[in-house]
Amino acid sequence: MTVAVTFGHGTQLMFEVTILVLAIFLGFEVISKVPTLLHTPLMSGTNAIHGVVLVGAMLVLGAGHKSPYLWVVGFLAVVLASANVVGGFVVTDRMLEMFKKRERPKPGDTGSRDGGPPAA
Amino acid sequence: MSYTTTNFLYLLTIVTFVLALRFLSNPAHARRGNQIGAVGMLLALVVTWVKVGGTSWWALVLAMAIGGSFGAVAARKVRMTAMPQMVALFNGVGGGAAALIALAEVHRILPAPGRPAFDVSTAIALSGLIGAVSFAGSMVAFGKLQELIRGRPITYPGQQVGNLALLGGCLAVAAALAAGVQEEWLLWAAVGGGAVFGVLFVLPIGGADMPVVISLLNAFTGLAVAVSGFELQNDVLIVAGMLVGASGTLLTLLMARAMNRSVANVLFGAFGAVTEAGPQAAGDGGGRTVRSATPEDVAVMLAYAHKVVFVPGYGLAVAQAQHDVRQLADLLEQRGVEVSYAIHPVAGRMPGHMNVLLAEANVPYPQLKEMDEANPEFARTDVAVVVGANDVVNPDARANRGSPIYGMPILNVDEAQTVVVLKRSMNPGFAGIENPLFYNPKTVMLFGDAKESITKLIADVKNL
Repeated sequence: MTVAVTFGHGTQLMFEVTILVLAIFLGFEVISKVPTLLHTPLMSGTNAIHGVVLVGAMLVLGAGHKSPYLWVVGFLAVVLASANVVGGFVVTDRMLEMFKKRERPKPGDTGSRDGGPPAA
Repeated sequence: MSYTTTNFLYLLTIVTFVLALRFLSNPAHARRGNQIGAVGMLLALVVTWVKVGGTSWWALVLAMAIGGSFGAVAARKVRMTAMPQMVALFNGVGGGAAALIALAEVHRILPAPGRPAFDVSTAIALSGLIGAVSFAGSMVAFGKLQELIRGRPITYPGQQVGNLALLGGCLAVAAALAAGVQEEWLLWAAVGGGAVFGVLFVLPIGGADMPVVISLLNAFTGLAVAVSGFELQNDVLIVAGMLVGASGTLLTLLMARAMNRSVANVLFGAFGAVTEAGPQAAGDGGGRTVRSATPEDVAVMLAYAHKVVFVPGYGLAVAQAQHDVRQLADLLEQRGVEVSYAIHPVAGRMPGHMNVLLAEANVPYPQLKEMDEANPEFARTDVAVVVGANDVVNPDARANRGSPIYGMPILNVDEAQTVVVLKRSMNPGFAGIENPLFYNPKTVMLFGDAKESITKLIADVKNL
């Protein structure tokens, strides 16, 4: 191999890759504990979390005064990402609110599991 | 704000995101978790605001107001049955934002003296491509679920070869960019190609397989965001994006497993495109009779049963009948009937969708039984009421090797004393597969719109 590859910032890159790999494991670990009951809120909740791309979009638009091209692209990115963040959190909240109600099991629900004859 | 302070605050945000997911393990705390996550997000945005400085503040405010108000209004207005397409839409715009960031970054760093840093150019190429696929794919998924586009798989000859070639082309362009070719149009080509690929890739996937597709696209957007973190050297994007990537991947695998199909089969199988004329169960059609019942008959069966299990499917959501089902269930409970709901993992149009719909109708969640918990109960169930579900209760999945869904885990409703099937007509379901359950001597059919039938049942049970 004769091609010398330039990296932006060698040690920091390795550090970031480490973080990335750890995040994968953390993600699997945390998410495997979520019951199927809550898979839809999980999806829309993670959806809201990737809305953090708004941070990146803001950085781009923040540099927008340097060129009209950056301004337009950054502006669009911020619009899309904001919709993602706000919509994601609001939808998730709406769903989870419904799960909070009436969380106590009904009395009739308890005796059923041991398979005894149902009382008439 | 110093570099250290900024990154420390970003770290706090990461912690809140992890907590948000951690709290989701229990329905009672889940909402709190989501609120913690939202606060963390706000913190990250404020930090970024300060970091960016006052240069373009009015543009930021305007753009955030436009996007944010759209998101808020759409999220407030959407019906719970339309939740999957809303999630697809928000997922798509996130992917789109990642692709746009890549387009901006490539413009900013090119031309670079010598050669752009390898890791940055790779990140730009990848986030542009993945973001575009996710954006376009999510929009098609949205269109299909919203019924703007035909839900059935759209296929044509050479489709898979064509898609593969297109993907190969996009990857080649992205690789050239990553390797340091200093041409900005390359990224436009990758993004454009990726968008076309996203459309073509989701088009042939049937509506019934949408839970898998949406999970996968969610993972894609997460990945695109994580990769964006590399081009902007921002850890919060890397960690948050990857958490989402891992979650989406896990859900994709779970959904595919629940249908006993490989992810590849779901994505490339064009399932349900043709009504399989393959080896059906012996004695197909001829000689088999269907018993149909009146609402009065069914009301009597239900009211004098000891144990009734409702099996909701997407048909229930379409008919908006979840509230009526709960009313009927309440009425039965008042008469001393034990009521529960058996939920198949792929019931509905996204993972766990049916649980949300029933929660919306105030069904207490301990009554919602997952498949493994519900199946042993059917043997001592008097009446199983199947509302708008079809393939997930098809006994062919257990018994008939020739059936396209053979091997898919199903709810064994045929073990109940009596099965009542609420159905519009004898048309086969989404996947177009014959269901011998309907011809089972234990089964009675109650034809008609699910909502109307249930309303009649409520009235008849009241009159008893």
